[in-house]
Amino acid sequence: MEARVLDELRAIVGARGLITEPEQLSTYECDGLTVFRVLPLAVLLPTSTAEVQAIVRVCHRERIPFVARGSGTGLSGGALPAANGIVIGLSRMNRILEVDLPNLRVVVEPGVMNLEVTARVAPDGYFYAPDPSSQQVCSIGGNVAENSGGAHCLKYGFTTTHVMGLEVVLPDGSLAHLGDTTVDRPGYDLCGVFVGSEGTLGIATKVILRIMKKPEVVQVLLAAFHSTNEAGAAVSAIIAAGMLPAAIEMMDNLAIQAAEAAVHANYPDCGGLLLVELDGPAPEVETLMEEVVEACTRCGAWEIRLAQSDAERARVWVGRKAAFAAVGRISPAFIVQDGVIPRTALPFVMSEISRLSSERGLRVANVFHAGDGNLHPLVLYDDAVPGQDKLAEELAGEILRLCIRAGGSITGEHGVGEEKKAFMSEMFAEPDLDTMQLVRCAFDPEHLSNPDKVFPRPRLCGERPGVYEPHPLETAGVAQRF
Amino acid sequence: MPVDVQQVSWSELAAVLGPEHLRAATAADAVDGVVPRMIAEPGTAEDLAACLRWARGAGLKVTPRGGGTKMGWGNPPAACDLLLSTARLDRVGEHAWADMTVIAEAGCRVADLQQALAEHGQHLALDPLWPERATIGGILSTNDSGTLRLRYGSLRDLIIGITVALPDGTLARSGGKVVKNVAGYDLAKLFTGALGTLGVIVQAIFRLHPLPRETRSLTFSGTPAALEQLLLAVLASRLTPIGLQLRAAPGGAQLDVRFDGTAAGIQALVAQVEQVRRLAAPSAAPAESPADVWTSHQAIWDGAGPAAQAPRRLLARLGVLPSRIAAVCALIERAAAARSLAWQLVVQGVGAGYVRLAGHEGDEPALRATLLELREELAGTGDTKPGGTIVALGCPLAVKRGLDVWGPAGDAQPLMVRIKRRFDPDGTLSPGRFLGGI
Repeated sequence: MEARVLDELRAIVGARGLITEPEQLSTYECDGLTVFRVLPLAVLLPTSTAEVQAIVRVCHRERIPFVARGSGTGLSGGALPAANGIVIGLSRMNRILEVDLPNLRVVVEPGVMNLEVTARVAPDGYFYAPDPSSQQVCSIGGNVAENSGGAHCLKYGFTTTHVMGLEVVLPDGSLAHLGDTTVDRPGYDLCGVFVGSEGTLGIATKVILRIMKKPEVVQVLLAAFHSTNEAGAAVSAIIAAGMLPAAIEMMDNLAIQAAEAAVHANYPDCGGLLLVELDGPAPEVETLMEEVVEACTRCGAWEIRLAQSDAERARVWVGRKAAFAAVGRISPAFIVQDGVIPRTALPFVMSEISRLSSERGLRVANVFHAGDGNLHPLVLYDDAVPGQDKLAEELAGEILRLCIRAGGSITGEHGVGEEKKAFMSEMFAEPDLDTMQLVRCAFDPEHLSNPDKVFPRPRLCGERPGVYEPHPLETAGVAQRF
Repeated sequence: MPVDVQQVSWSELAAVLGPEHLRAATAADAVDGVVPRMIAEPGTAEDLAACLRWARGAGLKVTPRGGGTKMGWGNPPAACDLLLSTARLDRVGEHAWADMTVIAEAGCRVADLQQALAEHGQHLALDPLWPERATIGGILSTNDSGTLRLRYGSLRDLIIGITVALPDGTLARSGGKVVKNVAGYDLAKLFTGALGTLGVIVQAIFRLHPLPRETRSLTFSGTPAALEQLLLAVLASRLTPIGLQLRAAPGGAQLDVRFDGTAAGIQALVAQVEQVRRLAAPSAAPAESPADVWTSHQAIWDGAGPAAQAPRRLLARLGVLPSRIAAVCALIERAAAARSLAWQLVVQGVGAGYVRLAGHEGDEPALRATLLELREELAGTGDTKPGGTIVALGCPLAVKRGLDVWGPAGDAQPLMVRIKRRFDPDGTLSPGRFLGGI
C-alpha cells in the first residue's frame, strides 16, 4: 500500500488503531475456518462510525477492497481478507448504547458480544434470542452479517427476526439508516436485505435489536433412541401434534462419544439422542411435556430424563453446545458442514451420509438442529495422512449436494462465505444469481466490500440479457414451477 | 417520450397470452384515477414474465394487480397502460405439512390458502385485510400482516422463498423450501412491501404454524393512558399473548388480549393477566371480548364505529413505539378535534396500527392537514415527540394531491433509488407509486 494512503488511514484511527506488522497481521489472516488464509495489507480498528466512514471513503477513492471483521468466529471464511485489501476490525466499537425495556429494544455497536446483550438485560428478566453456540465470543456485527441462528431459532427466529434497524456505512462511505426503532417504516426493507449479506453490502455500525421476556419456565427433555431414524420419527410426531418447542436437537452416536470424551456430559450411549426444550407458561409446558414424553416413548425412546432446574438444564446442554470442539477429542481434524434439509428427508439423508461415509472410509459425526432440518455433519479426518484432507473436503461437498437434491440449502446459519461459493450455482440458477447481483450492484458497484465472497465468480455491474432458463432443480424434478 | 398506447400492437401480447386473456380495462380498473388501457391475465409464471418483457419493450407502464383490494395504496401512478393480473396464478402448490411449509402462487387468495392448510391443522400465521379477496402477492407487496405479529412476526418473518418476474422477463428465485437458509441475498424481504415496483411476485413459499388448540380473548376498557400502561405491563410480563391491541375513538378506549394454547395454559394466563391488571391499571375494567374484536383492523377500513358515517375519510398506517401509543392517541384526538373530524384508532402491541379520520364533503384539505400535522408531530424521537411514521393508505384523490402519502424518505432514499434502477431501469413498473417518487 502506498505510504501516503497508509498515512491517511493512520491519521483516521491513530497509531494504536492501525496494524501493519506481519506478525500481528497474521491474527487476521483467517476466521474460524482456518483452511483459507490471506494476509491483509493492514488492519484498522476504528472506534466510531465517523472513523469507519473515513476509512471506507479512502478505500472507495483508492479502490482498495475491505473486509469487516467482528470476533472472527465465522465458519465459512466470510471474514477472510481480500488479497491486496484491508481488514476493518469492529471490536473496539463495543458499547451498548441504549436499553429501552418497555419497548423491548437495545441499541448496540457491532463489536458487542452476543451474550453481552442478554447479560445486560437478564437482571430485568429479558433475553436476546439468537444464540449461536459461539455466543460468548461472537459479535452482534458478525451475527448481522451472517444472519446467525442457534438452537432456539426454531421457535424464536434468526438474527433477521430480531434486528429492527441498522446504521450502515455503505461502500462509498455514505451513511444510511435502514429500518427503525418503530415497525413498518416506509420504503424497501433494506434492513432485511442487509442482514445475512455476509459483509458484501457495507458495514453495520449500529444495530437496533429486539429483546424478549424470559419464559416463565423452561424444561429440557433428553431422550435416548436406538437410531437417528427413531429419534427423527419422534421429532415428526412432536411437530405433527401441533407443538413448537423452543429447540429440538439431535446427536448421533459418534457425536455423543465426542461429547463424553470432552465434557463428560453423561449422555446415554445410544444411536440417536434427542434434546427437546419447551418454554412458556408453567401449566402449558407441563401439559405439552407429557405429550413429548408420550411421543418419544411411542417412537422407541428407552431412556428419558427431564431437566427442570437451571443447573440440570445447563448439564444437559453442555454436551451439545461443546459438540464441535469435542470432536477434536476423537479426531485430529474435521470439517463442519451446515446443510439444511426438509425435516422429513432426514431418514433418507442420514442413510446417504452413512453410505458416503463408508465409501470414503471417513467417519462422520452428526449434530442437528432437528426441528428446522439444519444438519451439522462433522467429517473427521487425519491431516497427517496425505490426501485425506482432500477426501474429507470431497465428502463434505457430497453432503451439500445431497442437501440440495433433498430440496434444502447449502447453509442454514454459517453463511456461504469463501467456503461454499462454488455450490451457489448448484443451488441457484444463473438468473437467480444475476438477480441477487442487482442488489450487490446497487449497494456496491465497485465490488469493494468483502469482494469475491458468496457468489461463485466475479460479476460486473453492467447490463445483462434476460432470458429464462429452466432451473437446475426443475430439470432434476425437485422443484416445481407452475 | 410517452408512448402512444393507441399505436401499440396489442395483438402481439394477445398472441402470447391467448386473446381471451387480454381485455380492455374500464373505469372500474383505474389505479388512483389512472385508467389503464388493457388488462392481461397470464396463466403461468413464464407467460407473466413474457408479458412484462413485452410491455417493457413496447415502452408501456405496468401495474400488477392481485385481488385488487389495495390498489389505492401508494401515490397515484405517473402512468399505467397495462394491468398485469395474477388472477389465474391462483394455485396452492405443495403443502409439505410435516415440514410445515407451503408453496403458493401469487394470485392465490389468502382465505383459500388458509382453508387448504387447515385440513392439516395448520395456518399461515397472519390475518391480513379482506382475506376472502386479497391474494398472496397482494399482501406481500403491501406488507399487510394483521393482528398476530406480536407472536409470529410479520410477513417478512414467515416467507422463506420467493419467485419474481423482472421487467426484462427474468424469472428469479431466492430462499427455498426450508425454514432455515442463509444462502444468497434475501430477495423475499426486498419484495415484501415493495408495492410491485421492482418486479412481480409470481410464487411464494411460507413457513407455517399449527392452528391454536384453543383461544380466549379479554377486553379491558379505560382511558388510553391506563390501557397503554396495561399493554406495557403485558409486554413486560411472562404472559405470552398471540394478540394485543389497543382501540380508541372519541367514545372511549379498549385493550384486547388474546391467548392461545391448552385449556389449562389459557386458564393460568387469564388468572395472571388479572394480577397484571390490578397492579398496572386497576381502573381498567375487564370483560370477555366481543366475537369480532380481532377483525377490528378491517372494520376500521370497512367503516364500523363512530367515524363510519362520514362520506370523506382517510385511512393511515401508523408505526409507533408501544410506549407512545397513548401520546399518539392524544395527538390524533387533538388534531382531529381542531378540524371537527371524527377519528378512530387500532394499534397492535408491536406498535403497528391504523387510524381513520373522517369528515364531510369539502373536508379534503382538513384531512390532508391533519395527516401532515400528525406526521410533523411524530417525526423525531425526542422526549416530547412520540417518534414514528404515518402513511396515508386509503383516501380520496383530492386528499392525495400535493401530498407524498409515504412521508419523508430518510437517508436510505438514494440507495432505494439505485435498487429501483437496477431492477427496473426503464421505470416500467408502477412509476411514481412508491416512496420518494420511485
